[in-house]
Amino acid sequence: MTVAFWVLAAAAVVFGFGVFRLNSMAQVTFSLLASFVAVAGLVLLLGLSYLGVVIVLMMVIEMVIMAVFMIMYMMNPAGLMPMAMYHNKPGAMAISVGTFVLLATGILLVDWPRRTGAPAPDLTFALGRSLMGEQMLTMMTLGITLFATIVASVVLATGRGRYDRLGDDLDAPRADDPLGGGVGR
Amino acid sequence: MTLQLFLLTAAGLFAIGLYGALSQQSIVMLMMGLELMLNGVILAAAACWYFLAPGGTEGQVLIVVVVTAMAVEMAAGFAVATAIYRARQVDMTDGAADLKG
Repeated sequence: MTVAFWVLAAAAVVFGFGVFRLNSMAQVTFSLLASFVAVAGLVLLLGLSYLGVVIVLMMVIEMVIMAVFMIMYMMNPAGLMPMAMYHNKPGAMAISVGTFVLLATGILLVDWPRRTGAPAPDLTFALGRSLMGEQMLTMMTLGITLFATIVASVVLATGRGRYDRLGDDLDAPRADDPLGGGVGR
Repeated sequence: MTLQLFLLTAAGLFAIGLYGALSQQSIVMLMMGLELMLNGVILAAAACWYFLAPGGTEGQVLIVVVVTAMAVEMAAGFAVATAIYRARQVDMTDGAADLKG
């Protein structure tokens, strides 16, 4: 247990640091994925088997999608040149080191409360019951948020929608397209 | 394996993510920094659940919320990046400093 903790914790931090140190986009993406998998391993180590597996599955898919977007939007996707795309590096380093020192001080100095209660025999069942019971409001908020995200991202990502083509009342006789052609035009 | 060690690891991940989010010029790399920060939050939530109040399910629910927040952040972030790139070919944060005041 202790060995597994140290290996996974070191892996999570080292791969996390690699995200901003490696040169190729592919390496960066998979370094972030490795960091997520290490954290999922730590979550599994704490006995949360369902959530650990969910994190692994979600992050694998998310990083593969991210790789596609990185190749779309990075100026140097192949990593043939060293990537130096920083602004205000010393300031950012000072703020993040300061944040870590502040958090570490709090973590080490706070008199943490004693462990109370025992884990439920079936943690996944307990989580499901909780999400469908007293945490129903949380679950509904998450659902609405995800739906709003779907709508918002489609609206933002659409280049020319039907209102651009057919007018505000959708009653233009001919679609206003930059190029002619297509069905019936 | 103690609460402090888990929280220190989480704080390390959070600080590295903060460094990335503040220092990277590319919008995609900035979002990776945000993801790394949320990664630390997941670890801290799991550790607090296990070492402080394993009887309840609030820690687990918090992890579900954070995982959802990661998905929302990714989707909304890439949608915004697509919109601003389409409008004026901006793929660096320095090109989108209109609201700097």
